[in-house]
Amino acid sequence: MRAFAELLDRLVLTPQRNAKIRLLVDYFRGAPDPSRGYALAAIAGTLSLNTVKPALIRDLLLERMDDVLFHYSYDYVGDLAETVSLAWEPPPDVAPQDIPLGEVVERLQRAGRSEVRSLVRDFLDRLDTSGRFALLKLATGGLRIGVSARLAKQALAQMGGKEVSEIETLWHGLEPPYLPLFLWLTGEAEMPVLKRPAVFHSVMLATAVGEGDLEGLDPADFAAEWKWDGIRVQIANVGGARRLYSRSGDEISSAFPEIIEAADITGVIDGELLVGGTMRSNRATGTFADLQQRLNRKTVSRKLMEEYPAFIRAYDILYSGDRDIRPEPFHVRREALSALIEAASPQHFDLSPLVGFSSWKELDELRSNPPDPVIEGVMLKRLDSPYVAGRAKGPWFKWKRAPFNIDAVLMYAQRGHGKRSSYYSDFTFGVWAEGEDGMSLVPVGKAYFGFTDAELEVLDRFVRDNTVERFGPVRAVRAEPDSGFVVEVAFEGLNRSTRHKSGVAMRFPRIARLRPDKLPRDADRLETLQAMIATQR
Amino acid sequence: MKPDALLFPAPKGLYCQHGDFYIDPVQPVERALITHGHSDHARAGHGHVLATRETLDIMRLRYGDDFCGASEVARFGETISIGGVRVRFHPAGHVLGSAQISVEADGTRIVVSGDYKRRPDPTCPSFEPVACDVFITEATFGLPVFHHPDDKGEIARLLQSLRQFPERAHVVGAYALGKAQRLIALIRQQGYDEPIHIHGALARLCEYYRSQGIDLGDIRPATLGPENRQDLAGAIVLGPPAAFAERWARRFADPLAIFASGWMLIRQRAKQRGVELPLVISDHCDWAELTATIREIAPAEVWVTHGREEALVRWCQLQGIPARPLHLVGYDDEGE
Repeated sequence: MRAFAELLDRLVLTPQRNAKIRLLVDYFRGAPDPSRGYALAAIAGTLSLNTVKPALIRDLLLERMDDVLFHYSYDYVGDLAETVSLAWEPPPDVAPQDIPLGEVVERLQRAGRSEVRSLVRDFLDRLDTSGRFALLKLATGGLRIGVSARLAKQALAQMGGKEVSEIETLWHGLEPPYLPLFLWLTGEAEMPVLKRPAVFHSVMLATAVGEGDLEGLDPADFAAEWKWDGIRVQIANVGGARRLYSRSGDEISSAFPEIIEAADITGVIDGELLVGGTMRSNRATGTFADLQQRLNRKTVSRKLMEEYPAFIRAYDILYSGDRDIRPEPFHVRREALSALIEAASPQHFDLSPLVGFSSWKELDELRSNPPDPVIEGVMLKRLDSPYVAGRAKGPWFKWKRAPFNIDAVLMYAQRGHGKRSSYYSDFTFGVWAEGEDGMSLVPVGKAYFGFTDAELEVLDRFVRDNTVERFGPVRAVRAEPDSGFVVEVAFEGLNRSTRHKSGVAMRFPRIARLRPDKLPRDADRLETLQAMIATQR
Repeated sequence: MKPDALLFPAPKGLYCQHGDFYIDPVQPVERALITHGHSDHARAGHGHVLATRETLDIMRLRYGDDFCGASEVARFGETISIGGVRVRFHPAGHVLGSAQISVEADGTRIVVSGDYKRRPDPTCPSFEPVACDVFITEATFGLPVFHHPDDKGEIARLLQSLRQFPERAHVVGAYALGKAQRLIALIRQQGYDEPIHIHGALARLCEYYRSQGIDLGDIRPATLGPENRQDLAGAIVLGPPAAFAERWARRFADPLAIFASGWMLIRQRAKQRGVELPLVISDHCDWAELTATIREIAPAEVWVTHGREEALVRWCQLQGIPARPLHLVGYDDEGE
């Protein structure tokens, strides 16, 4: 438990992705089975435990502690698990012990309702402070350490010198504590053979069209499709099991029961999850903001399903029936896909239409002026390309429509983390809005990337030299019509927002350019943004 | 004599009317007794200062030769009479030169502990319990959540991180007086003998500790000027706590922010400061040590100064020990 607790403590405070991966890899290499497998499950969110109610751990502490002192403590710390782990005093005759995580998990899983209380008390007595914290976070079911399942899989890949796609392919066929997986990663066994057929397959990814990438390529070798602004999913109906996965292999079936129910196809299909109506229903496709109403939910209400019906706009097929057709060229797969979708539920499936074009210039124009606001560009796929997991350059390209741009004024800055902890690198910017007292700046977004290192030096110097107020780690900077800093902000889209004072929320904002040549009075107005929302729709 | 006739809080600090002196006054006074050299306790501009030799040296280093009108050295265990009040200094174990001050008149003895700790510290003599009628204790970490872990374990985490991230400079924030030197000494005790690089703000005090016979090993300046830049990948760099937020930290290879402080026990504190590796190393008592000290000294009454007075007062009451907060102003209970 000590090593796992230390890992959690470090992960929470480590901002850099690569540093997180190194901490995970070192832990997975050093920890024994089955502890490391349970740790993996806890981090990736696949561990099931009889959870303990917060009230129980509070009661356990109050068995030994004055409640006034408890309240002073809890008020100060603000987190119950942390308060209990810190304030817990084991009886003097109990020496701290390093109980293996595997033992903790297995005993908690086996414990009946009536035994949990004394079991947790016993663990609290025997573990050290960090161990108690880890135990309580596990037992109350809220690890929150800023590590996604995807990152954990990347660490596993690095540990074993494997491709992350191999881990993803295996993932859903394995269970905690993942013994065969670790045996394979450490080279002590062959790749595990799954009892259940592999249902998730790593997806094929496109590269962005860069300067000159299309020169010398023949448009006739490519098919083009619209790039829809939804989320990439894979739907599988194999061996009687229907499942819906996100592009990183997380199962999201329970959030989209209508799709699972309608998935009367056999095979594995790759497509975009959207809400609204399919092409075949003649209803408009919903925006990403609409889709967000359905995302990140464990379950879904009937009302939400009616308001935001989900469907899949299919664009590729990996298995037709139980036949792996990934080696077939795109145009052959597309025919198989087309036949399958034709027979599928018209409310829940449609086929991503092809975009006809004869020159790159023509496609460029189509990309810039797409016929539907939910389109964010075009995809280019070589007609002869097989379906290959990963991001190889050449067979598939994505060519996004140009981002939106506005000029905004820097308003607040906050210090970054890790490498950037000595820089003011997180910026809040605003545009002018007409208020009761004339024009004033309203914040419209936050960005912490897009600039070069040299530009960051400039921004940081500006913040340090022009701070007008401090709120904890945040600095307000000079932002007046004739004195301040203008930045060009690029973003992918705009949504209405009730959470932001300005009423708008940007998608993927970043600082595209510094505009020291402009005065704040020259920056954009809120009306410009409101007009952008209108034209998007 | 009633204790609160002997010593009571006044606007400039804790005041003894019979001896006409203050202890750790927060404003300039005619006669001051100083427990230790931290700037919230030891201020410049008093008429006469009585303190240990080391505390006087530290005040001189920080404020210059004219830091006070006249100074007088107090030796541990020696009784000094001031206007009929008997005063004695005893080690407090907080930083080099730190003392508790015992104040006694008409059979009543009050011990002002200043800041103190009970753990072994290779850089200063250990706290000495002194029997008294009133024990005045600090309460910086006066909450039951503060159980500071073993120092060795914390140093081991630092050394482990050096092995795990050898391409990153390990920039450790530590207060210039006491914490920095103790941290270096603890690191040396664990057998680490690579050079340790220090920020200019720590140089004079480290040099002073060495002149007092405290071995800090190979210490080098972390900054050698633009022609001689070093990125110090895989090395330990010590600076004052605010240093990693300053431009100073940028010269180092992918700096890993570390902070050595008792506050680092609270995760949110570490997070707010952008600390990646918190080291819980404190120059104050934790809760268990505060309460054990009060039990050991067994005073008739406890007065609680800066920190979380209410919890410690509550604990004393639960033990049947009369206790009250003193509400002294001007002491920094965060600087640790």
